[in-house]
Amino acid sequence: MRKILVGVKRVVDYNVRIRVKPDGSGVALDGVKMGINPFDEIALEEALRIKERGQADEVLAVSIGPDEVQQQLRTALAMGADRAILVKSDAAIEPFSAAQALLAIIRREDVRLAILGKQAIDDDASQTGPMLAALWDRPQATFASKVELQDTVARVTREVDAGLETIELDLPAVLTTDLRLNEPRYIKLPDIMKAKKKPLEVIDFATLELAVSAHLKVLKTEPPSQRSRGVIVKDTAELLAALRQRGLVS
Amino acid sequence: MTQVLVIADHDGSRLNAGTARCVTAALQIPDAKVHVAIFARDGAAVAAAASALRGVQKVICINRAENEHALAVQLAPQVVALMPSYSHLLGPSNSFGKDLLPRVAALLGVGQVSDLMASESAHRFRRPIYAGNAIVTLETDPAAKVVATVRIASFEAAGSGGSAAVETVNLNVPLPTHTRFISVSAAKSDRPDLQSAAKVVSGGRAVGSQENFQLIYKLADRLGAAVGASRAAVDAGYAPNELQVGQTGKIIAPDLYVAVGISGAIQHLTGIKDAKTIVAINKDAEAPIFEVADIGLVADLFKVLPELQALLGGA
Ligand SMILES: Cc1cc2nc3c(=O)[nH]c(=O)nc-3n(C[C@H](O)[C@H](O)[C@H](O)COP(=O)(O)OP(=O)(O)OC[C@H]3O[C@@H](n4cnc5c(N)ncnc54)[C@H](O)[C@@H]3O)c2cc1C
Ligand SMILES: Nc1ncnc2c1ncn2[C@@H]1O[C@H](COP(=O)(O)O)[C@@H](O)[C@H]1O
Repeated sequence: MRKILVGVKRVVDYNVRIRVKPDGSGVALDGVKMGINPFDEIALEEALRIKERGQADEVLAVSIGPDEVQQQLRTALAMGADRAILVKSDAAIEPFSAAQALLAIIRREDVRLAILGKQAIDDDASQTGPMLAALWDRPQATFASKVELQDTVARVTREVDAGLETIELDLPAVLTTDLRLNEPRYIKLPDIMKAKKKPLEVIDFATLELAVSAHLKVLKTEPPSQRSRGVIVKDTAELLAALRQRGLVS
Repeated sequence: MTQVLVIADHDGSRLNAGTARCVTAALQIPDAKVHVAIFARDGAAVAAAASALRGVQKVICINRAENEHALAVQLAPQVVALMPSYSHLLGPSNSFGKDLLPRVAALLGVGQVSDLMASESAHRFRRPIYAGNAIVTLETDPAAKVVATVRIASFEAAGSGGSAAVETVNLNVPLPTHTRFISVSAAKSDRPDLQSAAKVVSGGRAVGSQENFQLIYKLADRLGAAVGASRAAVDAGYAPNELQVGQTGKIIAPDLYVAVGISGAIQHLTGIKDAKTIVAINKDAEAPIFEVADIGLVADLFKVLPELQALLGGA
């Protein structure tokens, strides 16, 4: 079976302005709106489109995290994923461990393509995709903005600093999504009902028996230094005068 | 001993400006000896530029046909082959470094410090999370190697005038063939590079079209500035993807940043909060961009830009 694995991370909704806890122990998450990492919605959309074109048989949404992540996996099922797996862990998961866990699932499931987000908007790490590809010893195409699949290869256009780069990969492979890859679909009410009947398997992280060690110990979390509001000028001439006064324009 | 290897980003002939900033980041690590590695088909020109960076002790050049195009899957095993001599590996947090370094970290079996913004010791670093709305201090295992991408906006470029020795090294590492470079479409431009420019003029959704974006280009050219864009402007096709500034685009620190018709969403502000002077032109006085702007003008950009151009007396 041609399976596509999609990484689904639960993160703080992108509209939320987060607050650092006064004691420096982290970011206040109680009662904060959560959702699927936006890049993972793009990853899932791409997987669904590949399947709808007849180039895949099953789309599998996988998340590593606490029990609450089931909400996001149900959302992924409602969007159209066929199955979901929660690798349950109450401890914070670093990208390296996430990559290890995703690889364990890949080995179990015989996955042909893994699609992840280019970055999770909470830790902004941008690591898991390349790490997974390295541990799997397979190709990677990060920052994908266009994906064309053939039988055994994928041709991927990537958003790089120079512009757009196209590379060709033998499958299986790992892709990470950039913003312009697609626009994720909206979920319709009947899909939410249907999703309740789709399989969502829960596996305890410990049962994967991964050699996990924490690599990065967080000592403290602080708010950033703030910029302050400056002056408002009244017209274009004043703007130019202000720029000249600061020596920014000759 | 702290031996830091910096992986150079380059296009085959020129060193990317981020590399000099990575060297500064490397030198901030206490007692660091800093080497720069260049992977290229023929890295002589780039190596000469790297050897002039002040503080660099040695430049290592790995010339190989496969290194013509920087494919992470091919570079990673070569970097790993160099790592027995080093305690730290640094590279720019840009599309080159973000592709390569996590792959190397995984091969080395270590986690990665992303977007390093300051080093407090050889194993204690600061980095932003949540689009820069929180800064964490973290510690890596002192017994393990450190792999970090550098938030280049946090560091000045290393000065020139150095003359490090250049050593050409042959690495007999087998490389995978499962990934092939096809093409790259880079808009050739004489404008300054967005990532390292001293001045940047950016346009947002309000600019309205690709044609109207010429107003942004014209002002930028008059000021000698690079051009940037908000995500909305890129999504709408007004500007190419490599011009996106923000959390998921480029993080920049110019002396002057002019935001034209940009609202100032958190994701955009992350990309510019280190700019020395921020100018905002927006017709909505309530737009969040004004909360961070040093100079704000509440007005219609289609009125202001031609006026500005006329006052500046430029073409
Ligand atoms: C996962 C994710 C990642 C993202 N990453 C980024 C990123 O890296 N960079 C980024 O920029 N965004 C990013 N965004 C998008 C961000 O949330 C905003 O949607 C985006 O920045 C808005 O762009 P804008 O300011 O151009 O458009 P708008 O928010 O629509 O603002 C347009 C502004 O123009 C003003 N205006 C309208 N007409 C005129 C006129 N005639 N003259 C003057 N002013 C006028 C309006 O008052 C308004 O303030 C991301 C979003 C998500 C979900
Ligand atoms: N805990 C997780 N569960 C599922 N997918 C994850 C997890 N962490 C990271 N990922 C995937 O890896 C991508 C990049 O995350 P990061 O490396 O943390 O920026 C995310 O967009 C997800 O696709």
